[in-house]
Amino acid sequence: MKRRRERIDRGIKVRSEDIFALCSWREMLYLAFPRLLPIVGLILLSFVLSIYWQKVLLSVSVFALLAISWDILAQTGMISLGQALFFGMGAYLAGIMNHTWGLSPFITIPVATVSGGLFCTLLLLPVLRLRGIYFSMVTLILPLMLVRIVEATKIFGGTEGLSGLGALPSRWVELYTVILALLAALFGLRRLMGSDFGLVLKGINDNDRSVMSAGINIYWFKAQALFIAGSVGAFAGAYMTHVYMFVGMPVFALDYSILPIAAAVVGGTGTLAGPMLGAFILVPLSEILRGLGGLRIVFYGLFLVVFTVALPEGIFHYIARKYHQFERWVEVDT
Amino acid sequence: MSSSPILKVSDLSKQFGGVRAVNHVDFKLTKGELLGLIGPNGSGKTTIVNLITGFVKPTAGEVYYKDRKITGWAPYKVVRLGVARTFQMVRPFYQLPAFKNMIIPLYSPRVKGLAGGKYGDRDAVALDLLEEVGFERDSFVAYKPASVLPQGYLKRLELAKAIALQPDLLILDELFSGLSLAEVASIVPIIEKLRMEGKTIIMIEHRLKELFRIADRIIVLNFGEKIADGKASEVMESEEVKKAYLGTEAG
Repeated sequence: MKRRRERIDRGIKVRSEDIFALCSWREMLYLAFPRLLPIVGLILLSFVLSIYWQKVLLSVSVFALLAISWDILAQTGMISLGQALFFGMGAYLAGIMNHTWGLSPFITIPVATVSGGLFCTLLLLPVLRLRGIYFSMVTLILPLMLVRIVEATKIFGGTEGLSGLGALPSRWVELYTVILALLAALFGLRRLMGSDFGLVLKGINDNDRSVMSAGINIYWFKAQALFIAGSVGAFAGAYMTHVYMFVGMPVFALDYSILPIAAAVVGGTGTLAGPMLGAFILVPLSEILRGLGGLRIVFYGLFLVVFTVALPEGIFHYIARKYHQFERWVEVDT
Repeated sequence: MSSSPILKVSDLSKQFGGVRAVNHVDFKLTKGELLGLIGPNGSGKTTIVNLITGFVKPTAGEVYYKDRKITGWAPYKVVRLGVARTFQMVRPFYQLPAFKNMIIPLYSPRVKGLAGGKYGDRDAVALDLLEEVGFERDSFVAYKPASVLPQGYLKRLELAKAIALQPDLLILDELFSGLSLAEVASIVPIIEKLRMEGKTIIMIEHRLKELFRIADRIIVLNFGEKIADGKASEVMESEEVKKAYLGTEAG
């Protein structure tokens, strides 16, 4: 007699899979709970946190946006190592607009979001044909290149950057702008990826030849995915410019490329919610470890290694499985 | 042949490094014909299909579809004109149910164009198409994830994906390979029905017995060259064909 562990969908999941099967508050709550959790959670958090931790929440949300943007690209089969490109592009565009024309943040942020997405798409258009590691290399190099251009040509303030930029009116507007943007990105893009358009994007990742032979121009769809991801990243950058009231070379730093990937891996790729969850674990963790000084990076790295070894599928997938399924041991005869 | 050919391949060649995969191949195809493309392994059958559908660009030669030069066009543009193909290696989206696999071809601009600019209810169309190729409507097989479907159903799914594009020219790359006799016997009527609808079909096959029963014409390839072209019975009489086949099979 051997024993085998099997996983079975919970009855409530089976019953509530189709919307017409909903017939009790319990089933509705079962469906609504995971969706309400981030909304209610974020709003409550903003009230109970101290000013310092509100700033952390703000930076967590920005990294969550970058992680979501990374995940959109990853689901389309483009592994980006350069979220800093999107972030920096948005940051500089907003900064320049505010510095030269004195436009208010309520204009610069939306304009930088759209135009940042557009510029990033145009920059990466020539390399859309590249697959796998080749595409990744280009995305890694582009932000590093742009930062050297700014340094060498001394445009946009050069190494000094642009300071004294306009700020958002209040702490609360600041916080709620990013929280609302994060929730909109999470739910909106999850919906998009679940639609037939999203199916085509995932199809490109899975089997691009099959998508091509369906008469679909995969480069056009990849460009659209790039624009979406680029816009999300550019929003994060533009927003941060007005929070810091400064934009400079650090916006192209490697942190903005690496941390979103780490967040996506820890949280669980392919779900958008996973990478966001990852950002909500990693960024506060790095804040807590700040007290350790130089050892901080060691503990941080150790934590990452333990997580990827113990839960390679990601935290979100693990939690989702526990929520939808139960496990039991059954005896099998061999 | 009074009407102009639907597909004309003239002097087509493809060289991969030092290998001549396809060497000066010529043929024409009239509307409604079912052409069998056979030959030993590595004789360039799939390369010809890749050249016609634009997955590979030819070294020399031209491809005309409905009197239009399509040499070297991108695959998605060729499909929009009405050339659909299946792949030898079926790679569906395993985690998705079978009918969701149909969404991608149904999302194609060609389908949208033919339907007058509207997509319609893609899920319903997908289920209809799958029923056409033998996914029984009263079973749950169309709703099962592709990962649990047997090979026979995966091949049918691949066929349905091509039919969904409503092609005029359908290219089937080894549709029968890896299938049991019974499975092949159940797919043959589907192909015959497609012919009745007036579709032109090219079939690459190793299952010669089944192919000869339905094909109008056979082209035999060996080392990238066309060595015979004609009715099945005539073709197999040719000395060169016998040599090509016996040469590989005996070895």
